[in-house]
Amino acid sequence: MRIITLVKHVRDTETRVKVAENGAKLEFIGENWVLNPYDEFAVEEGLRLKEKFGGEVVALSVGDEESSKSLRQAMAMGADSAILLSDPLFNDLDPLSTARVIAEQLKKESFDLILCGKHGVGDDNQAVGSIVGALLNIPVATVVVNLEIQGSDVKAKREIEGGLEVLEMGLPCLISCQKGLNEPRYPSLKGIMSAKKKEIRTINASVLGIDEKFFSKRIKFITFLEPPPRPKGKLIKGEPRDAVKELVKLLSEEAKVL
Amino acid sequence: MKILTYFEVKDGEIKKASFETASKAAEIAEKLNGEACALFVGENISEEMAKSPSRVNIKKSYILKNESLKTFSNSIYASAISNFAKEREFDAILFPATSTGKDLAPIVSAYFDVPYISDVIKVDVENGDVTFVKPIFSGKAMKKISVEENCFVASLRVNVFPVIEKHCETLVESVEAKLDDVKSSKVTGYEKGSSELLDVAEADIIISGGRGMKGPENFEMLAEVAKLFGGAMGASRAAVDAGWVPHSHQVGQTGKVVSPSLYIACGISGAIQHLAGMSSSKVIVAINKDKDAPIFNVATYGIVGDLFEIVPLLKEEIKSLKG
Ligand SMILES: Cc1cc2nc3c(=O)[nH]c(=O)nc-3n(C[C@H](O)[C@H](O)[C@H](O)COP(=O)(O)OP(=O)(O)OC[C@H]3O[C@@H](n4cnc5c(N)ncnc54)[C@H](O)[C@@H]3O)c2cc1C
Ligand SMILES: Nc1ncnc2c1ncn2[C@@H]1O[C@H](COP(=O)(O)O)[C@@H](O)[C@H]1O
Repeated sequence: MRIITLVKHVRDTETRVKVAENGAKLEFIGENWVLNPYDEFAVEEGLRLKEKFGGEVVALSVGDEESSKSLRQAMAMGADSAILLSDPLFNDLDPLSTARVIAEQLKKESFDLILCGKHGVGDDNQAVGSIVGALLNIPVATVVVNLEIQGSDVKAKREIEGGLEVLEMGLPCLISCQKGLNEPRYPSLKGIMSAKKKEIRTINASVLGIDEKFFSKRIKFITFLEPPPRPKGKLIKGEPRDAVKELVKLLSEEAKVL
Repeated sequence: MKILTYFEVKDGEIKKASFETASKAAEIAEKLNGEACALFVGENISEEMAKSPSRVNIKKSYILKNESLKTFSNSIYASAISNFAKEREFDAILFPATSTGKDLAPIVSAYFDVPYISDVIKVDVENGDVTFVKPIFSGKAMKKISVEENCFVASLRVNVFPVIEKHCETLVESVEAKLDDVKSSKVTGYEKGSSELLDVAEADIIISGGRGMKGPENFEMLAEVAKLFGGAMGASRAAVDAGWVPHSHQVGQTGKVVSPSLYIACGISGAIQHLAGMSSSKVIVAINKDKDAPIFNVATYGIVGDLFEIVPLLKEEIKSLKG
């Protein structure tokens, strides 16, 4: 089985974010970058399937040179090799464009399964994986917490409001992985060492055979905004019984939410 | 400018979020002298159901029908929707950002070859451009964007946009859907979650517990309050990781992002990853024994005290209020 895992290099979730230069830029406090937490579930699932069925796990990322760190991380967990799609043309792409770049490469690859994360933290799109699947005309299952593969039959459970939806499809397909699917392993020291020797194929736009005309309609950036400020809160004092009475009164009469 | 807005039907009922999205679609269309239409997909949509967008000033409804649309299959539905949108020359398609909406919209974006903007919390028209505000970094910042030629696929966050009642006449047209030969996953079953409560992603009132709840048995008390509210029970990751509540209840960066009218946090400190999931709630109540807990920075109302004392009192008060 040849399994492709889509991975993204992202700022870690502790990072503080500030809007700067009148909305033209973001400033970050904290410079920790990590393999997108949801993509860890994708890599882990790929490795488990490889252990079961044999084959190969390939990690693929669109990003700058720094993204190779997340590819190394995926390889330290156990992925066999990696592909980095990197070009100034690929900076700051919207989900459709990112997915089109990925699909362009995958059209040249053989694969039985594509695994991605539920969403990429930071841009928070929850879209790139599904679009890749759609462009390659393979079945897509999103927010998956349970996956069973037998022969070429795939059964997945996805999280929806109030329960789980059961889905069936055939290989090859694309699965977006949600927390709960598995418990990602930590790379072993041996894994980290051998990851340094594994191959990352770096591919730019011209090797991929595309130029700026490849991208269709564009998203226009207008500005960054701070989240709407929360009105200053009220601390309710007094004996617990009185405080709760006061709270319920405020909720029904002032805030009008009851 | 022609906008199509997707109406989600589950168990024979239209999801409320569809009306929220449609209200916005009607408003944009009006401002741009355009047209907003409703789209229903499936075999068992009645004419009467398809007329209900009349509530929110949508003058035309379509029902897409086809043998293959009997049960939900994301790529087949997406193919029907995008082929219809192309044929009738729609510029844009809006979805409610429900779990179905977020499943369909990106696939439609691929087939329709139009950029996708997800989980939008604000839509305006400025100088003829439709502009979107979308949270990034789990709501620690927002990004305002538009799309060339106002061509977009977007999903609108649930519970954020008001349903604007504005009655009109609605014409209904049934159309035989055109489908491409797409490979799709198919829904073959459903497993209901253990609780009879609403899901946090849908509820208008949520009461959540964290590590301060001390153990699984105490969540029973929160579930009872949630039931009185007709709402949902949420949890912090600390409570989920301890195995006290299933992950489907988790609110936050790696849980669900919610915007209810009322969010009550009990024994939750307010870590940045938790705030990421709930700080856009309209009213936030914090109950915590530590007066310096960061949750108080976002709380509309706070009570410093022992939750084991406060929550039972709250239950009593709500009970007498609801009579
Ligand atoms: C990648 C990543 C993703 C994460 N995603 C999430 C996420 O999605 N959601 C999430 O919630 N967290 C998430 N976290 C974890 C987050 O950082 C915090 O660890 C977590 O939110 C803490 O949960 P808590 O507030 O319940 O516990 P604590 O921080 O331990 O707080 C417990 C609170 O209870 C109060 N308390 C104790 N006893 C009582 C009492 N008797 N009465 C009243 N108050 C009492 C205490 O004063 C304290 O403030 C994530 C972390 C990482 C690194
Ligand atoms: N630049 C990228 N390179 C590789 N995979 C990506 C990239 N962006 C997103 N993905 C994949 O798509 C998933 C969803 O991302 P997003 O749509 O950005 O929320 C991620 O979890 C990744 O698996």
